[in-house]
Amino acid sequence: MRLDEIIRILDAVIITNSQEPGAEIEWACATDLMSDVLYYSRGNSVLITGLAKQQAIRTSDIADIKVVVFTRGKEPDAQTIELSRKKRITLLITPYSMYTACGKLYEKGLRCCPE
Amino acid sequence: MKAKIDRTYEGSFHIVGGDFSRAGEASTELKSILLNVGIDEDTVRRVAIATFEAEMNIMIYATAGILRYTISPDEIRVVAEDMGPGIEDIELAMQEGYSTAPDWVREMGWGAGMGLPNMKKNSDVFRIESVVGEGTTVEMTIRLKDC
Repeated sequence: MRLDEIIRILDAVIITNSQEPGAEIEWACATDLMSDVLYYSRGNSVLITGLAKQQAIRTSDIADIKVVVFTRGKEPDAQTIELSRKKRITLLITPYSMYTACGKLYEKGLRCCPE
Repeated sequence: MKAKIDRTYEGSFHIVGGDFSRAGEASTELKSILLNVGIDEDTVRRVAIATFEAEMNIMIYATAGILRYTISPDEIRVVAEDMGPGIEDIELAMQEGYSTAPDWVREMGWGAGMGLPNMKKNSDVFRIESVVGEGTTVEMTIRLKDC
């Protein structure tokens, strides 16, 4: 799914973006548990999480995740934003809950990382 | 033919327990080193994930620790040695979902009991030794792919 499509579907606010609007994101992973991200995710995924902290960005950087979405309108602190900029990870905020955000993306064809 | 590694690289990182502001820095640096010496991305991802979990375990449970790495033409080896409480029952600790992490660690998104299983999953050879009251040593070897 294209990045700009993800942004539109999730009514997301762009906090940082280092990618082209047409960048293709292959998979989605949704969790607040960072070890689950490391265990189950694939590279070139979007991470949907309620953990609006630096840990989500650090973990995504290690796991080659290019896009992170914070749910329920949670705003990250300045250090988290700076880290996402430094690591060239696109950071979005959606007003939707994790459940709704996942449902909206799934409905449009974006699937979970294969286990 | 293996990846284009023509010599052995070695290095280490010191990790201070509880210093979450620096959590992941060592693993991120090792990831950059691996990419710079020409290791393929899939292998780099495996090493980075295994190392990151080891780094987080030192940060969460130990007073201090050291991460040592060796990159050779055939394999990458990462050894994480800590001065921590040690693990009483390694078999139990290796089970997915088993954790002794305190609440403050869980609030940071860690402590779900997947750390050691994740290190093992991403290693070709995984060894762990622990002495209660002294510390834990984890050794992870990832073989380099044929080009």
